[in-house]
Amino acid sequence: MQSFQQIILTLKQYWADRGCIIQEPYDTEVGAGTMCPETFLRVLGPELYRVAYVQPSRRPADGRYGDNPNRLYKHSQLQVILKPAPSDVIEQYLGSLEAIGIDLKQHDLKLEEDNWEAPTLGAWGIGWQVMLDGLEISQFTYFQQCGGIDLDLVPAELTYGLERLTAFLQAKDSVYEIEWAPGFSYGDVRYQDELQYSVYNFEMADISTLWKLFDLHEGEATRLIKLYDLKSPEKRRFPLLPAYDQVLKCSNLFNTLDARGAISVTERVGVIQRVRKMAVAIAAAWSDQQQAPTAEVAQ
Amino acid sequence: MSIPVVDVPDMTLDTETETLLELAEPERKEVGGQWSLPFLLEIGTEEIPDWMIPTALENLRLSFEKLEIPHESVRLDATPRRLVLRAEGLAARQPDSVERVLGPPKSAPPQAVAGFARKQGIAYLDDLKVESTPKGEYYTCLKKVPGRNTKDILAEALPGVILGLYFPKTMYWTGKGGPRFIRPIRWIVALLGPDIIPFELAGVRSGRLTSGHRRLGAREIAVTTADYERRLGDHGVVLSAEERRHRIRHGMAGIRIKPDDKLLETLVYLTECPMPIQGNFDPQFLELPEEVLITVMRHHQRYFSVQDAEGKLAPQFVAVMNIPSDPEGFVRRGNERVLRARFNDARFFWETDQKKPFAGRKQDLANVTFQAKLGSYLAKTERMMQLARELGGDAHAVRAAELSKIDLTTELVKEFTELQGVVGGLYARVQGESEPVWQAIYDHYKPESMEDAIPRNRTAQIVALADKLDTLRGCFGVGLIPTGSRDPFALRRAAQGVVRILIEGRFEISLFDFVGDDEALKAFFAERVRYYFKDIRGFAYDEINACMAASVGWGNLVDLAARLERVRALRASPDFEPLAAAFKRIANILQQAQDTGFTALPSGIDEALLEAGPERELYQEFRRIAGQPIENAISRLRPKIDLFFDKVLVNAPDPAVRQNRLTLLQTLLAEFSTIADFSEIVTNS
Repeated sequence: MQSFQQIILTLKQYWADRGCIIQEPYDTEVGAGTMCPETFLRVLGPELYRVAYVQPSRRPADGRYGDNPNRLYKHSQLQVILKPAPSDVIEQYLGSLEAIGIDLKQHDLKLEEDNWEAPTLGAWGIGWQVMLDGLEISQFTYFQQCGGIDLDLVPAELTYGLERLTAFLQAKDSVYEIEWAPGFSYGDVRYQDELQYSVYNFEMADISTLWKLFDLHEGEATRLIKLYDLKSPEKRRFPLLPAYDQVLKCSNLFNTLDARGAISVTERVGVIQRVRKMAVAIAAAWSDQQQAPTAEVAQ
Repeated sequence: MSIPVVDVPDMTLDTETETLLELAEPERKEVGGQWSLPFLLEIGTEEIPDWMIPTALENLRLSFEKLEIPHESVRLDATPRRLVLRAEGLAARQPDSVERVLGPPKSAPPQAVAGFARKQGIAYLDDLKVESTPKGEYYTCLKKVPGRNTKDILAEALPGVILGLYFPKTMYWTGKGGPRFIRPIRWIVALLGPDIIPFELAGVRSGRLTSGHRRLGAREIAVTTADYERRLGDHGVVLSAEERRHRIRHGMAGIRIKPDDKLLETLVYLTECPMPIQGNFDPQFLELPEEVLITVMRHHQRYFSVQDAEGKLAPQFVAVMNIPSDPEGFVRRGNERVLRARFNDARFFWETDQKKPFAGRKQDLANVTFQAKLGSYLAKTERMMQLARELGGDAHAVRAAELSKIDLTTELVKEFTELQGVVGGLYARVQGESEPVWQAIYDHYKPESMEDAIPRNRTAQIVALADKLDTLRGCFGVGLIPTGSRDPFALRRAAQGVVRILIEGRFEISLFDFVGDDEALKAFFAERVRYYFKDIRGFAYDEINACMAASVGWGNLVDLAARLERVRALRASPDFEPLAAAFKRIANILQQAQDTGFTALPSGIDEALLEAGPERELYQEFRRIAGQPIENAISRLRPKIDLFFDKVLVNAPDPAVRQNRLTLLQTLLAEFSTIADFSEIVTNS
């Protein structure tokens, strides 16, 4: 039986062999691997890129105090970006499943329509959920737009739900029972996270403090966005990446406030708009910043 | 038929084509001195959403027919990864044709005529003809247009045919500005007889290589038009949808399946090599409501559910795999495990939701947005309760309206949104609400389609009306009016539901009392009413126009339906059409008179001014039949009207007589326009 970590190692090796840079998780809270700059910003522009990383993804509203065998506040996604998508991208993906020991002649695999959209990121794509013996194990998306910008090259985004995939391979009914490493279950490693974050997100998070933090992070991001000058010869050194971190903070705070039941009717759409506005502005600035680097070096 | 003049591209024979000629020799047959060739087009793609495939195939057929290439038969097939068109009996070359070319007018200077002849390659001016055309006399000549090679026509047209197929949502994949299709095109097979029809699309060159089942077949398989389907079969692909359907049905024979044709079609187009397998689940899950279990199986897992001999849900399911067998039981066990997890989730939600009394959650609706400008579902609930009262609802109806949206706050509906309403009804039932109340909550989204039944009882119908009317009034009030295919709030469905509930539920109320003075909404409803009576009930459009234009209006839809039935019956009478024509004449006369300042006599018809003969007779007949249903009057009225128009001049020289005569006609028209405005009837006379 392959452990959780062995599966991750095998998949990383598989994608490294296919030209992916192996990145480590991004060090700011995110709701999905898509939000990391390695995806959100890198898919913009005409440069080729391939990257894979495991991203712990936080969804405060999905927390279940560690009681529910299938739902997690924080689950792990293996995120693979192939930009542009090679023509045999699905075959490569299927190869990765065989690499972790799934004999696809003996299992039922279907690609079912599932288009992806992230309103807070101004992003959407066309794709499928990958169903293996009735279980959704991955999301497969051809990005079309990100930050409101039509993409020059169409990347394929492969997102593996690692806990589910491992539970499938280990034939476990509960995520907490899967073996993380020999002698350690997933529960041994993560149960405390699930319990304590559920308590915090649902019961103890101080709403007014979170709102203050949201405003502060938004203020900082907005201040920076306003300072970005399209005409400045110095624009290459402008800190858009730190500005984007502030947006990620806002997004996570929004999710936490939402789980806490603190976002009222009138606020909800408005807050999504506020986050989206920042994300879209940064995507536009980033595209501009990356566009003419050599010309500026020459100056 | 004249063939448009197009530059014939150079006949570039690729070497591949030549070498393969002998290989495919047996599939050629000779018809009428021309080779009769089979045509094969396979568009190889990544997985196309199942529900789009049948429409795409129909479009492919139409686009091919539009090319007007004569052929004997066409056959279309598809799997998720291929759209296939095969035709038999194409000629290698299209017949030559002769075109008439119009030159300069006969009056043109000789240089122009000579220039025309030169351009058309005519050596002797005598070969030009002069023909008279609607514009005058012109020089013409006949030009022979050689028939083109079918292969060239197809090579030129197929890229446009393929990219022109309509799909509801398309993507690009080769880069910004690249071609758009439903999913990436990965290979194209295009053969005319033994030859490849050469073209390139989205970086893919057409050829003779198809691709097998993702895991059971080879990635590249050379085919001919003759062995194509068989070769695919060897590589794990059942090309015919009919055969896949049969395999699924056959594999389920002997199992008591809950019939579900829609699911069957989904699975037919979700697989290339389908095979059903039966699995089981723990009978203890049967404590959960059947609606929830079936939704999980059907919508989330695409399983058929199974019934026992009494028609109750059995602890079994049937999944359809995309591989031919499951000897080790991997697929069955995997699906059973997934279903167990799904059912566990559902049970967790079902139990969690009930920890808080259902009715006590009403205030939580303040946190659920209905629409940004229309506030929360709490606000909507209050409006629905008021509407339920106005619609004549009793305490049950108001209570049901009050509880109808609460299930939007439950975990179960957040997970299974398609069960909204149903879940609310189930919770209301287990928590002791009365039968009319829980049934009304359960049914209040109905009818969800034209085929769906309206809510089962009066209370439920009132709540359903209140919900839909509130949505329509609200959205129209803030300008969210559907345009073209954009209808995000499903307002057409809501309005259609209102129309059906009012008519089929026999609500003798005026729709206008609930629409207010919103003209756009009224027009929107008028469109739905027309659609209902025409497409669903089969009335003629002029009957509908006539009855809707009646002086009583069309707000009472039950009455409108009854009047339509009457007009349809009347139409069988031989007096009907002439009378309708006469009414139209009256309406025209009155319209013209009004335009020149006519107003009816306020005191009504002045008998003293009536002329003896046809006018007086018409009046007397009218007096006798006034107040009677038109069915009784029609045969008596018609001869009098005919005679009147035959003998009497409406526009009499004496203004007083004229005004009186017009007043008579107006009174007559008004009397019979309560059932319908007969001037709207389209007549032959």
